[in-house]
Amino acid sequence: MSNATLKELSAQLAAGACSSVELAQDYINKINKINKSLGCYITVDAQRTLEQAKTADARRAAGDAVPLTGVPLAHKDIFCTEGWLTTCGSKMLSNFVAPYNAHVVERCNVAGMVTLGKTNMDEFAMGSSNETSHFGPVRNPWNTATVPGGSSGGSAAAVAALLAPAATGTDTGGSIRQPASLTGICGLKPTYGLVSRYGMIAFASSLDQAGPMAHTAEDLGLLLNVMAGHDPRDSTSLVRPVEDYNRELARPVSGLRIGLPREFFAAGLAPDVQRAVDEAVAEYRKLGATVVEIGLPNMQLSVPVYYVLAPAEASSNLSRYDGVRYGHRAAEYADLMDMYKRTRAEGFGAEVRRRILIGTYVLSHGYYDAYYIHAQKLRRLIARDFTEAFKQCDVIMGPTSPTTAFRLGEKSADPVQMYLSDIYTIAVNLAGLPGMSIPCGFDGGGLPVGLQIIGNYFDEARMLNVAHQYQQVTDWHRRAPQGVS
Amino acid sequence: MALKLDDVQRAAHLARIAVDETEAKAVLAQLTRVFELIEQMRAVDVSGIEPMAHAQDLVLRLRADQVTERDQHRRFQQVAPEVESGLYLVPRVIE
Repeated sequence: MSNATLKELSAQLAAGACSSVELAQDYINKINKINKSLGCYITVDAQRTLEQAKTADARRAAGDAVPLTGVPLAHKDIFCTEGWLTTCGSKMLSNFVAPYNAHVVERCNVAGMVTLGKTNMDEFAMGSSNETSHFGPVRNPWNTATVPGGSSGGSAAAVAALLAPAATGTDTGGSIRQPASLTGICGLKPTYGLVSRYGMIAFASSLDQAGPMAHTAEDLGLLLNVMAGHDPRDSTSLVRPVEDYNRELARPVSGLRIGLPREFFAAGLAPDVQRAVDEAVAEYRKLGATVVEIGLPNMQLSVPVYYVLAPAEASSNLSRYDGVRYGHRAAEYADLMDMYKRTRAEGFGAEVRRRILIGTYVLSHGYYDAYYIHAQKLRRLIARDFTEAFKQCDVIMGPTSPTTAFRLGEKSADPVQMYLSDIYTIAVNLAGLPGMSIPCGFDGGGLPVGLQIIGNYFDEARMLNVAHQYQQVTDWHRRAPQGVS
Repeated sequence: MALKLDDVQRAAHLARIAVDETEAKAVLAQLTRVFELIEQMRAVDVSGIEPMAHAQDLVLRLRADQVTERDQHRRFQQVAPEVESGLYLVPRVIE
């Protein structure tokens, strides 16, 4: 099996070239062969997968298929999937079988898509390397000594290693885009509010957003068409007309105004990454796009602002894990308070505990205004920078991550080094804008580089158009790591 | 402002996370690094700026005050650590 796209698999199923059961079995065989060395999946359940595939085949035979019926995908283990283990990468939920489906999972099921399994992730989505997972790290299929990025590292590596044609992910500060960049695949974080967060385990509610990860921009659009849409069960889910996110794919990019923020090309950017991004921009110029330098003067504040706001929201969201209603409970305790404290000390890993402590501290009496409210004010300044920038350009481009994939353990000792891996992605979440990463080359060591494309609110169709046009004249998205196909 | 061991222990108590002294010291060193980063943002003047609580300035929707869920407590309690007669069991809090 090659690195088949959703579109190609959908066409094969429609033409009767293969059945959904055969397709699912192919992926299961590959997962059984390779997953152990990469750690992409936490849970696979071949029986459930094949049952879903059988149902999809029956539906197609009955003439009731929609484009993605019978096409397989993987779900990040942050999405509740009824009857499947849903761990969020944590010991706290290592025994949690979800009693209901997340909205995103429900939508994929309704479309007849087949679940291949639940992908590994940084614990509670807190991490940029997939090393904080209770179930062990994920290895980057391009070089297994390096990380795949995080927190959607399992989803990204599974797609890159051809263990799934596409996957769901979530992005709070870069968790779709950064791993997509480090593994040479495409990932899209939609505008905040476009995809329902119902049944998606909460990290930082004002920032969390789900999105698709796949080989091509066109596939991202196909999957986003399934995932997006209003859901009254999420109070932040927006009421908007249904749209086809691939409707503008064919539009030429001549006349497109690309904004390049000078802050994205400053100190700290690896030369190989800069070169690949420069070459991608040159490709766009050849296609007739124009380039304008822009400024996002408050961008350098986005990392400190994020590390106040996200932990604050997390400390509140994660207070629900108390060993009473579900999840881990300590085996020994003296009284109720001791039960809470031991349960949470045992159930959460070091990075999650650290962020809960940061969040608790910045929200505590005497510090709330100085940290939390102050950060919320800066958040507005960061968002305003983008509003100003979009007066001069249609899309913003730059690197997704300052470096290519780093080695396992390289940034584990210093949390701040790890946090700076998301320097180009975090501001987009703070502003609530859509952002994506597409592969645009390799560094000297053969590791993929990602190009970030940031759009204005609700401009997903335009962004996918811009990415798709690039993918018509380049083949970076068609490359696969050795030893996986 | 330098973070102290007391601050870590107080936050750990508020967060209901058991931390022994050795661990608290290690956490203090790491949090000190993180707060050095956070201090960068405290230097910026934000007078006159409205806090931005959400990714967009959303107005939360209201819905009718009606029962829409059916009772599924048996199903939901299947994943609970300890349940008896439909109640979640915790250590005794009133003697």
